[in-house]
Amino acid sequence: MPADLDDHQRIVITGIGLTAPNGNSLPEFREALLTGRSGVQKYDIRYVGETLAGICNFDELKYQKKKEVRRGTRAGSISIYCAQEAVADSGLDWVNIDRERVGVYIGVTEHGNVETENEIYEIKGYDYDTSVWSHHHNPRTVANNPAGEITLNMGITGPHYTLGAACAAGNAGMIQGAQMLRLGECDVALAGGVSESIHTFGIFAGFASQGALAKHDVPAKASRPFDMDRNGIVVAEGGCIYVLERYDDAKKRGAKIYGELVGYAMNSDASDFVLPNPSQQARCMEMALNKAQLNASDIDLVSTHATATDSGDIQECTALRKVFHNGSQPDVNNTKSFIGHAMGAAGALELAGNLPAFADNVCHATINVDRLDPECALPGLALNEPRVRQSIRYILNNSFGMLGINSVVIIGKV
Amino acid sequence: MTPAEIREEVLDILSDIAPDEDLSNLDDNVRFREQLELDSMDFLDIVMELRKRYRVQIPEDDYINLASMNTTVTYLEPLMKDIQREKV
Repeated sequence: MPADLDDHQRIVITGIGLTAPNGNSLPEFREALLTGRSGVQKYDIRYVGETLAGICNFDELKYQKKKEVRRGTRAGSISIYCAQEAVADSGLDWVNIDRERVGVYIGVTEHGNVETENEIYEIKGYDYDTSVWSHHHNPRTVANNPAGEITLNMGITGPHYTLGAACAAGNAGMIQGAQMLRLGECDVALAGGVSESIHTFGIFAGFASQGALAKHDVPAKASRPFDMDRNGIVVAEGGCIYVLERYDDAKKRGAKIYGELVGYAMNSDASDFVLPNPSQQARCMEMALNKAQLNASDIDLVSTHATATDSGDIQECTALRKVFHNGSQPDVNNTKSFIGHAMGAAGALELAGNLPAFADNVCHATINVDRLDPECALPGLALNEPRVRQSIRYILNNSFGMLGINSVVIIGKV
Repeated sequence: MTPAEIREEVLDILSDIAPDEDLSNLDDNVRFREQLELDSMDFLDIVMELRKRYRVQIPEDDYINLASMNTTVTYLEPLMKDIQREKV
């Protein structure tokens, strides 16, 4: 913990709500990660045909009426489910809370592609007559939709918006929430990331055209970060929203605390639309360590971003070697090997699955590594089996995205 | 389409746009809004569905006629009398 921060500036996690392709709560998700259960399935989407995806099966009607589901978006439903679950988990007195003091900050890779594709598909059946274009299109596609649907569903009158941050978005949402708490703009932040991207054919077609869409006869084996036989990304949907509070508030109400956001950073590569830049990724990790007033050797577990593309995996490992050397040997894992790439949700989900490590000291495995790429052979990599460590006090979570956007958060045990 | 068929069609549209509502006890003489949770976007859905299903164009000034089932069927009758109901 940065020594110079008073309790009013310290930000802690007091609630977690999530849906992942292999679990609809943190206990389910963690159990899947510890037992090697994948959430990747065969999937069919218009124009692209049969492919693979990480698909969530949470109950949309747990917190929404059928009409709300029909009117809103999949990203909205994912957001509502995660936010409601997070608040329930936090133990906040939601009925009596001042909802004007709740802020909603949701990271997204993209939003609106699904709904626009659906409308174009629909009007195609009417010879592209735009008079049958839905009046629901604009409220569904405004960029704040996933965050706004949370406020409508939960009666939150504080600020809400999304953060467009490509696949660095899950961390970005969390960072924004922490910043707003520190600025006093809210007293409770619902922050994280969501993705509905498996419902847009364009993302599959785009990755396929880029030569970066995974294929495999066995769906559970398709997402293979760090493996020589990796052949691209498995697109996934999902969401993870945290309840963030200032430490003094959480302590005062006796809240359960999952961890403290002790450091974070975001920066840009300024070098390429799609290719990552290991120097800037390393720089982002160093900036987060500096903010946390930690050394690399203090980090016990690194949750990697690697998506199972050749260049991305190798570049991240290069960045990690640059940061973690001279005796630093954190355990390292990758969650995408289980669920695929949950895009805007990835950073938040991948962190969540690792937070129970503060209690059980277990770094979950990276599955599907049958032939480790020598260029990805990091010393602490948890290969196919979980690794147990004497203690886990600090977790560093990487999340990177297109256009060279990098985000890193460091969570400390409280 | 007969008035009875038009009523069935409107009921089918309502079941789509208000899926949480029990429509079995709908009173045709009472305004929709007094019996169902419908807002302006839902009324636009009724207009849109009629346009999509039967190419019936309802000018904005006429939306007022969609207040209850009876006023809706009365309004639609001349517009839909020569239209065959699609099989549902």
